[in-house]
Amino acid sequence: MTLTHPALQAGLAALQPAVRPDASGRFGPFGGQYVPETLMPALAELERAAAEAWADPAFTTRLNHLLKTYVGRATPLYEAERLTAHYARPEGGPRIWLKREDLNHTGAHKINNALGQALLALRMGKRRIIAETGAGQHGVATATVCARFGLDCVIYMGAEDMRRQALNVFRMRLLGARVEPVTAGSATLKDATSEAIRDWVTNVESTHYILGSVAGPHPYPMLVRDFHAVIGQEAKAQCAEAFGGLPDVLIACVGGGSNAMGLFHAFVPDTSVRLIGVEAAGEGVASGRHAATITEGRVGVLHGAMSLLLQDAEGQVQEAHSISAGLDYPGVGPEHSYLRQIGRAEYAAVTDDQALDALRRVSELEGIIPALETAHAFAALEWLCPQLAPGTEVVLNLSGRGDKDVNTVAERLGGRLA
Amino acid sequence: MPAAASTSMIQQRFQRLQAEGRCALMPFLVAGDPDLATTKATLLALEANGADLIELGIPYSDPLADGPVIQAAAGRALAAGTTPAAVLAMLAELKGQLSLPVVLFTYTNPLLNRGMEAFCAAAAAAGAAGLVVPDLPLEEAEKLSAIAAAHGLDLVLLVAPTTPPERMARIHGASRGFTYLVSVTGVTGVRTAMETRVAPLVAQLQAQGGTPVAVGFGISGPDQAQQVKGWGADGAIVGSALVKRMAEAQAQGADVAAAAGRFCAELRQGLDR
Repeated sequence: MTLTHPALQAGLAALQPAVRPDASGRFGPFGGQYVPETLMPALAELERAAAEAWADPAFTTRLNHLLKTYVGRATPLYEAERLTAHYARPEGGPRIWLKREDLNHTGAHKINNALGQALLALRMGKRRIIAETGAGQHGVATATVCARFGLDCVIYMGAEDMRRQALNVFRMRLLGARVEPVTAGSATLKDATSEAIRDWVTNVESTHYILGSVAGPHPYPMLVRDFHAVIGQEAKAQCAEAFGGLPDVLIACVGGGSNAMGLFHAFVPDTSVRLIGVEAAGEGVASGRHAATITEGRVGVLHGAMSLLLQDAEGQVQEAHSISAGLDYPGVGPEHSYLRQIGRAEYAAVTDDQALDALRRVSELEGIIPALETAHAFAALEWLCPQLAPGTEVVLNLSGRGDKDVNTVAERLGGRLA
Repeated sequence: MPAAASTSMIQQRFQRLQAEGRCALMPFLVAGDPDLATTKATLLALEANGADLIELGIPYSDPLADGPVIQAAAGRALAAGTTPAAVLAMLAELKGQLSLPVVLFTYTNPLLNRGMEAFCAAAAAAGAAGLVVPDLPLEEAEKLSAIAAAHGLDLVLLVAPTTPPERMARIHGASRGFTYLVSVTGVTGVRTAMETRVAPLVAQLQAQGGTPVAVGFGISGPDQAQQVKGWGADGAIVGSALVKRMAEAQAQGADVAAAAGRFCAELRQGLDR
């Protein structure tokens, strides 16, 4: 694939919200709608419904009210003093702030999008909801809002992920959702997403698909980003209040990339703000067992969008590997591929072991057990902080809490914790 | 309709069938399931037993438009090491033995991985007559259609029961060789009943003129093939039902190509009843 597109030549000038994505659902060359024809009318309907909803004060008022009273927003911007002290050098060091999405109802950022899309489904008159889930956080968030609004809910989840995230499976069932195990392929998020899309192709006229990341066919990358953009909007105001300016660095983990896009979006035009996404390097990028899509992937099409993709020489999609079920995905949202390509955002990868070390460090220093996904962002502080000038203001998106991961962590660290 | 510079292999085949008042029988199989030698023998058996065109699936790791039967077949083919290049090489070996047009069914990613131009050149050199790309909608198809046409390949587009009339007309107008009418709201698979709302769509598309209309997804046997013919379709595509018979024959240690040939003959009889 050649990657020439008018928006690329235009560079940062193209980075206006109105042109991300463009009318054809593209972020530069990335994005688009590579789906069976059966779904095309539903995607058009969804795009129309979202545009109408955002322009309707009744919708935004209800969304904002529920974000406040049901989800618990605004989430705090917390100064991580002991983590800051940990990275301080004799001459000083960066100051680390945590955007506390882990304090949301259901324990992660995922509910921002699930709530917004459930309200959209109600507007469209669709009362059956399907979703895919990896770590189970999006599944729990979706099951939660379906219970709240009395919607039928089916969650597709890889059988391997169901084993890793048994607690979240039980939570979804408590909330009245049906959890469908997916055994195809690697039995993880990629396969669960494929199965959810197949369900949607079959039941599209009665069903809304609450896709859980900034991935999939247009309008999903835009739709999901816009429901999570509240993260960055709040952070911007909170930074102004806390230290009277913009942050210098934003950092977030990236699987499909929803929490990172949510944090980044409001800051994309502020080019003084460095945007860093952290992927999962699994057992190490060189091992071939990783989920570092942006670091190692090539341009391809998965789940309806053109983006970077882990694939073999024949164009077969490869299985991703990460200790974190939520990052265990061979694709990435198309807007991330675009931000990387135009040089607006940078991406790094950290291994399972580095993430586990970070999880322990944050638990011990701050009294916060982060999700394994989020632990990847914390792990990147190890190489980032020594490079940052004293007084650099760093905001890390604490995308979720780690209760769901305690079993996995105990399996890996058990002996050493005793 | 823009006038075609020359009549394609697929057009010629449909013109002949229409002149004879027959409905085209188009079996689908996954190349390399369980191996390419079997696929080769099966292609010949299908032609010998009344197939008019063949849709040959290139196995892909993430077949979004396919139900469990074809997913499993693609999994077996990939496990056997089947690559797009090997599929084309097998097809090229059949030149002179296989006279019916072969339409390659491939998902977008393996095609883009090779590059549209290189893929079309290789497909044409191997003797393919056309392409079906189930996850490449009209909006993305224009460029590929032009490249395919330059290599003498027809890019066949799909319409679904959910496609609005205006859009259906645009797809039908842009499709080459034939228009693939998806007969169910859903993925490929064997079904006991067809969606009756699809029946009038055949006539609506044909009234617009242009390319023939072939119906596929969900045709499970001779009776449903005959039903599709009754709707006035120019062709009937049978995939999962055939792939399932082949898998059963394989599991029983029977001759897969012969089993495929027998099922094809039954379908032929159903269509010619």
